[in-house]
Amino acid sequence: MASYKPVAIPAVPKLGEKITQDTLYWRGYKTPVQIKEFGAINKIDFSPVPPYNYAVTASSRVHIYGRYSQEPIKTFSRFKDAAYCATYRDDGKLLVAGSEEGSIRLFDISGRAPLRQFDGHTKAVHVVGFLSDKYRIFSGGDDYSSSVWDIPSATETVSYSEHNDYVRCGCASKLNGDVFITGSYDHTVKVFDARTKSSVMTIEHGHPVESVLLFPSGGLLVSAGGRYVKVWDVLKGGQLLVSLKNHHKTVTCLCLNSSGQRLLSGSLDRHVKIYSTTSYKVVHSFNYATSILSLALSPEDETIIVGMTNGVLNVKHRKPEESKEKSQKKRQPAYRTYVKGRNYMPKQEDFYVSKPGRCVLRKYDKLLKSFQSSKALDAVLEPHIRLYTPEVTVAVMQELNRRGTLRSALAGRDEKQISLLLTFVTRRVIEPRFTPVLITVADMITDIYQPVVGQSALVDKQFLRLQEAIGREIDYQEELLEVLGMMDALFATLTEKRATYLEENKSNGLTKTLDQDISI
Amino acid sequence: MEAKELSVVLEGVDASPKCTAFGREGEYVASVKDVSLQVYFFKRKQLNRFSLRATNKKGGNNVFTCVACHPQEDCIATGHADGKIRLWRNFNHKKEYTFSTLHWHHDKVLDLAFSVEGTSLLSGGVESVLVQWHSGSDCKKDFLPRLGSAIEYVSISSDGTFYCTSHTDNRITIINSNLRFSKTIQGLIKARDIKTGLVVDPRTKALVLNGEPGHLQFYCLQSDKQLYSLDIVQQEYIHQAGLNQSDLARVAFSAQGKWLATVEEREETDLELQLKLWFFDEETQSFRLNTRISMPHEDHVTAMCFRDMDEMEDDSLMLVTTGRDCVFKVWVILEDTDPEAQQSLSWSCDFVGSYHGYQATNCCFSEDGSLLAVSFEETVTVWDSSTWDLKCTFCHPPGKIRTICFGRLTCSKYLIGATDHGFLCCWNLLSCALEWSAHLNVVVLQPDPLSEYIAAFSWLFKESSLFVFKPNEPRPICIQRKFCKERIQFAAFVPRDVPETIGSEKYLWLRRSQLFFLTDTQELMTVSTKSLEERLTLSSKQLAVEESLPVTPFSLLLGKHRQQQSQEDVDLGKIVRHHHEQDSPAVKELLHTPAHVLPSASFLCPIFINSLLVSKENKSVEEAPAEVEMESEGAEDDSDEENSVTEMKQEDIMPIESLGETTHKLSKSEEKELRKIRKTDYSWISVF
Repeated sequence: MASYKPVAIPAVPKLGEKITQDTLYWRGYKTPVQIKEFGAINKIDFSPVPPYNYAVTASSRVHIYGRYSQEPIKTFSRFKDAAYCATYRDDGKLLVAGSEEGSIRLFDISGRAPLRQFDGHTKAVHVVGFLSDKYRIFSGGDDYSSSVWDIPSATETVSYSEHNDYVRCGCASKLNGDVFITGSYDHTVKVFDARTKSSVMTIEHGHPVESVLLFPSGGLLVSAGGRYVKVWDVLKGGQLLVSLKNHHKTVTCLCLNSSGQRLLSGSLDRHVKIYSTTSYKVVHSFNYATSILSLALSPEDETIIVGMTNGVLNVKHRKPEESKEKSQKKRQPAYRTYVKGRNYMPKQEDFYVSKPGRCVLRKYDKLLKSFQSSKALDAVLEPHIRLYTPEVTVAVMQELNRRGTLRSALAGRDEKQISLLLTFVTRRVIEPRFTPVLITVADMITDIYQPVVGQSALVDKQFLRLQEAIGREIDYQEELLEVLGMMDALFATLTEKRATYLEENKSNGLTKTLDQDISI
Repeated sequence: MEAKELSVVLEGVDASPKCTAFGREGEYVASVKDVSLQVYFFKRKQLNRFSLRATNKKGGNNVFTCVACHPQEDCIATGHADGKIRLWRNFNHKKEYTFSTLHWHHDKVLDLAFSVEGTSLLSGGVESVLVQWHSGSDCKKDFLPRLGSAIEYVSISSDGTFYCTSHTDNRITIINSNLRFSKTIQGLIKARDIKTGLVVDPRTKALVLNGEPGHLQFYCLQSDKQLYSLDIVQQEYIHQAGLNQSDLARVAFSAQGKWLATVEEREETDLELQLKLWFFDEETQSFRLNTRISMPHEDHVTAMCFRDMDEMEDDSLMLVTTGRDCVFKVWVILEDTDPEAQQSLSWSCDFVGSYHGYQATNCCFSEDGSLLAVSFEETVTVWDSSTWDLKCTFCHPPGKIRTICFGRLTCSKYLIGATDHGFLCCWNLLSCALEWSAHLNVVVLQPDPLSEYIAAFSWLFKESSLFVFKPNEPRPICIQRKFCKERIQFAAFVPRDVPETIGSEKYLWLRRSQLFFLTDTQELMTVSTKSLEERLTLSSKQLAVEESLPVTPFSLLLGKHRQQQSQEDVDLGKIVRHHHEQDSPAVKELLHTPAHVLPSASFLCPIFINSLLVSKENKSVEEAPAEVEMESEGAEDDSDEENSVTEMKQEDIMPIESLGETTHKLSKSEEKELRKIRKTDYSWISVF
């Protein structure tokens, strides 16, 4: 014995971008706040401790911004020329920055004047950072050298000059206080151990390296340079794991999200791409106004900050989580009735019979079940169904047509209802998923109400509109067919050429080039 | 009631039993035909005739369809073709009769029945709703809707606790008197139109075909039960004549039964097509809808097949559909690699192929899945299934290709095709040439999935014949000529659980699977090597439980007869006893098999009567050996699982005979049959 089957509402796959969990997550940011800096922003670094201030290095200054402030809460401006790469120490108390003149300055967050100054590099220092033991600093400069400095004594402990081009990026291992990595314009990434005299590993990136990043586990290394982002397995001796080519201009910056599940890359092509670190597929992408130089993500992904070449700092804050507790909870039944029968623990030999769920029928389904066609049609022409879920309206129309009662359901309506129906049909008939059904509906309406045309100005106007809409659609389809015809002609000539080319090849006996051609 | 013999002959009575009914305590009989009702009173010997106009003013159709009499009052209920029910009273007067009308049915009332007390009237019709009208308050009625298909008969148990309805689709429903559905008795459901063909579910080995409208029935051949019915269309079916509603047109299973593809179509002004792909869910042990493709083709889908590869996994799985829109389409599984996606597998179109704008009519994959054969009207095209290059074409003009199939195992290099001009062709795929052809009007070509044998059913001079052959030689291995007067529509090889040991070389092809076929009157038949008695013994063993059932008067009568027989047997000695043992299953079977699985009475009658005659006949001992021989020949008779019967004579004209020949002289088997008939008739007469 079958029960009544409700009308099936055909689900149409949404075209275009798929809505995934990622899109929902990364869309959950407010409209950005734009802050104008003096020059191109080369580094943004978040303080690792609350309240998560961030240091922005642009031109000859380092600005410290509070989380929601639009004005800098502190400025370090003791640089004669451009400052580079202002980076926080793990405890958020010290800040180190390189500079164009080759000196490295160490600042206390609360002070103004530098605590230490490290001189030794002969040219600009673009990369500087703390080693994870907190008492040493590593740096890389345009003099091709990279060094390690001791903070208390302000002296250089070791210096490497293995790169043969500018050293422009680097990072320190979070697990080992001696290990740091530098990337250079000589297309290589080198891993150094401060305890040894030379580099311990060299990785060939293939392009001038703009940014390097080490995973928190220390096992994976990400390098960016040219249009490529490459992931290397450090533990396997620098084996290439995956090479990503999703940007169409140089990738300038890399960053991980707080959970380590997503990798972000910013590029001169104005995009920030977000990759999943399990599949290395792009899961989301952001679009910005100008080329991106630097990028940072605050802890808990609360804020995304992007620095651009034109000195604009783009700050996006996460929307506050919508509280789900808003809706007033229904009054729960008393404890005794609530628990009744639920605290029974089934014994091992018990056979569990699940209770069939009660099927609640929609209003139109109830009416269809009792064969009330006109009323069912009325029910789906209610504004909330007609406007927000037109597929339900169309599905019910189709069901009525299937039952052979659509004509009688459409007949016998007054001026207002006909006008409403016609508005619906005019608006939706050009949607491909509704077209077959609504054409039948339109046919029937014109058939039924033909004798009374001219009696109501309102209905006449709607009929004219319908005619206009259909006329427009026909024109549009004709145009599309023309384009299709043109494309067909193009493809036909293309394949012909290729065929002849292939034949020539065959006659020459050059099977190898033939294969290549096919693969192209 | 008076205990005297009455005999009355009513004229102009409809043949249907529904059109005649006896009134209260047998006082009168009422009969309807066309637009007249006649009532005959036995006591008064009076015949009253009431006529209605054929159509009334409102366009109703007054033709009577059925009649029922009230068990306690003088009241006759009649059903009409326009759905009205009339309650006649006071009909013992010719003029002053009255009737009241009940109207709910919108189509023919097919049967009426009064409850035991007469307090309510049951009616059923095309709507497949059982309506219970309560007497007294006029319009109070209860419904039991959605009974599956049109109600043909309604009856009430003598104690009034159960109602029973019989339906047009070969099903009986038992309903409690409070209109609660209780149980359904069903075997093979009779569909209105079988479009899907016979398909075997690889998982359950059940036969799969159209069942209820929009459903797929899984019919278990061993137990003659419907395993389950899968709702494919998932739309409310409206039981109304003249409505075009979606129904299943094509079905295909993947090799392991993991995937099921269905095509449903609904044709009105324009065609609505849906291709659905179902995935077998191990947890719920049923098929779950995976992908729905609306309008896979612009026109009807003519054939569909999966790439049938047992050993390979999902990535090699593909589905091919051919359509009257002159293309064939290849569908493959797309895997969504995103781990967070809800559904990781879905199907999408991979390739669209066509050949000179001809309609694609059939498709078939070779055994290893490397080649796809698609027939386009007169031409068979062979495609490489990895690159979708057209490899070669075969053609046997004139005549369009009706069906094609690849050979299997040792014969996998052959492609067999049948044309509608009556040719069976076998092409060699290695030499791309015609290997052999035979002049034979093949309607169904069915390869056995487990061996290289192919069964071909031909239709010639209004009779069906079966030919079984291996593609590598043009001589058939087995021929069953003219076994059936109906055209064979579909056939299927059902794999056996255990290979059967078959002595005769001629039936070796039945070793691993059994051949079932369906005629155009929806009778399911099979070819069997066992004798009828053997199979009946088997079935009676299966039905041993039912021996505890209460004894009917008929079986009591027979029991007495048998006791007498056995006594006689004892007198006669051993030979007869042996003979009697052979007979008993037939009788036993008659008495203990449920009526709905019995072959038709016309078939059982001679066996039954023969079995009763034996004792008398055997008194002349001389005749006994001949009879035994007869029995062993008749033992190869064959019948069908369902209530349909075929007398398939397996003694055949020489086993080696080319396919083309048709003989018109009296065959050996026919002679034997004639002899048998003569003998049977003679013995039958001798009884009187």
